[in-house]
Amino acid sequence: MNFAASPVLALTLPTWRSRLLLYVFIACFAVLLGRAVYLQGMNNDFLQAKGESRYSRVIEIPADRGRILDRNGEALAISTPVKSIWAIPGEVHPSDRQLARLAALLEMPPREIEKRLADTGRDFVFLKRQIPPEVAERVAGLHVPGLFQNREYRRYYPNGEVTAHVLGFTGADDIGQEGVELALQDGLAGKPGSRRVIKDRLGQTVEDVESIKAAQDGHDLALALDTRIQNLAFSQLKAAVAQHRAKAGGVVVLDVDTGELLALANYPTYNPNNRSKLTGAQLRNRTLTDTFEPGSTLKPFTVALALEGGRVRADSVIQIAPGSLSIGAATIHDAHFERSLTVAQVIQKSSNVGAAKIALALSAESMWEMFRDVGFGAAPGLGFPGEAAGKVRPYRSWRPIEQATMSYGHGISVSLVQLARAYSVFARDGDLVPLSLLRVDIPPAGHRVITPRTAAAVRAMLEMAVNRSGTAPRAQIMGYRVAGKTGTAHKQENGAYAAEKYVSSFVGFAPASRPRLVIAVMIDEPSTGRYYGGTVAAPVFAQVMAGALRVLDVPLDGPMQPIELPPEGEEVKESV
Amino acid sequence: MTRLNLLLVAVLTACALGLVTSQHQARKLFGELELEQERSRQLGVEYGQLQLEASTWAVHARVERIASRQLHMRVPDAKRLQIARPKEAAK
Repeated sequence: MNFAASPVLALTLPTWRSRLLLYVFIACFAVLLGRAVYLQGMNNDFLQAKGESRYSRVIEIPADRGRILDRNGEALAISTPVKSIWAIPGEVHPSDRQLARLAALLEMPPREIEKRLADTGRDFVFLKRQIPPEVAERVAGLHVPGLFQNREYRRYYPNGEVTAHVLGFTGADDIGQEGVELALQDGLAGKPGSRRVIKDRLGQTVEDVESIKAAQDGHDLALALDTRIQNLAFSQLKAAVAQHRAKAGGVVVLDVDTGELLALANYPTYNPNNRSKLTGAQLRNRTLTDTFEPGSTLKPFTVALALEGGRVRADSVIQIAPGSLSIGAATIHDAHFERSLTVAQVIQKSSNVGAAKIALALSAESMWEMFRDVGFGAAPGLGFPGEAAGKVRPYRSWRPIEQATMSYGHGISVSLVQLARAYSVFARDGDLVPLSLLRVDIPPAGHRVITPRTAAAVRAMLEMAVNRSGTAPRAQIMGYRVAGKTGTAHKQENGAYAAEKYVSSFVGFAPASRPRLVIAVMIDEPSTGRYYGGTVAAPVFAQVMAGALRVLDVPLDGPMQPIELPPEGEEVKESV
Repeated sequence: MTRLNLLLVAVLTACALGLVTSQHQARKLFGELELEQERSRQLGVEYGQLQLEASTWAVHARVERIASRQLHMRVPDAKRLQIARPKEAAK
């Protein structure tokens, strides 16, 4: 039987079976083709992303925080990169030698490191933050698996405690927490950017694909502060607080023409580069955030108002005898008295009775308006965190005795910066200057409060207060004419005046012929028995003013004669 | 026809090799660029640190201390001071 005759071959299968198989195969290929088209052409995002994740990376571009400079471009705050060391606790198993080296480099006890690494429930633990880059490099040299580093910033303040209250400081994440750092956070902070790159197998960047977001460095900021004057103010203040064993103190230096704050010194202070032991008392910028009853430094405003209304002239005589004035149940006293004083002498000798008599002839509303016009009772608008508005009660609730005491600065509270600014009215021919923490290139326009004539008249009276027979002979400076007013006030405690606690102050400006600077000094609770503004605060004023005028090269306008002081203890005593 | 094809193959190969070389060059140059940029960042950091150091040395309290203690400088008192005014101001 040959093959061809095999009966098996004679068997014929129905043709539909082979057709069916063919169609099934075609259908299978069609499904595959369809899927391929779907994945490649229509729904390709997922695979594209998967592919890219093998080679493409997004890298963050760090941005620096802007520097803070003083008005002459000297750096007051600079950020520099540091490293932080962090670990994945479950993955770090250092040998004893590595642990000892690590502990030595990080300046931490080895047991502390072990304790942190033992917390395996967490995926992330900081071992130490803000360490210098050189130390971080040596830590990396230990090659401990599971130990990583992050780039961070740390801010340094070269002037330390001198500028601490103005600048404030930043936290561990380089975000402002106090002072200018907080107030101007938006301008100073940089905006980190990012870019997409292609990395090879070894992790090296081989190609820049696109820039997603450009990094934006923070802006440098030029403050109005003059480091030389700030330093002078701070060292004089520190010495005065120590000499009079005072609780605290502040000095404000204001540029009359531009309203720039050239110095804002506070004591007690702190070192912003090492903030481990900080108390609230050290931290506060008292010149801006604390208010006090200013005392006699407000008398010139009462007198200016009376002059403005034409009620008195500088040489009008006011009767002071018998040296006290009773209003209702209360009596106002003068520390020393004369039978009668002219209006100018009321300022020169700082007579409470005289000021009260002048005030009682004025309407409460006009006095209230005067106080509001020179900026009391409203925050100075610097944008500084916590700047105080002070308190000026609405005039409708004033009783006559309150109106009388307010004329010499009691029953009203102001901050030292407000007080310095208010005196710009006298220094600037009657208009109030807007303040600025930042450098100002174009002098701003003031806001008119009193006429230039009144301002000139008050200036003359304030100059008298500083001469030999005034309350503040110690505010004189050789070579310059000075004008200013002392203030001495009992401190308020629990709603009553404390008998033995005083705030001594002095506000003044120079050169009197063409004022350039206003300086306000406040010493809180001097406790060596001397508490008059003329003895405690005026010498600080004189030292700071003399130095500042020299620094600014202001031409002399007074005689070059040694200053004459009345014998110790025989100065004109101020009424408290 | 065959010769043309062979020529085209040769040209194609040359182009392909050229592409590979230039891509390689580009990556190498990019690597260098990256290094230089990193260096510029490092120098920026160093500049900041040096500025900081300069400010720290120039702190007024320190200058004053050195002036008064080491160099024995002081502000002259009133008796030894003479003010010279420019001619115009004197008139």
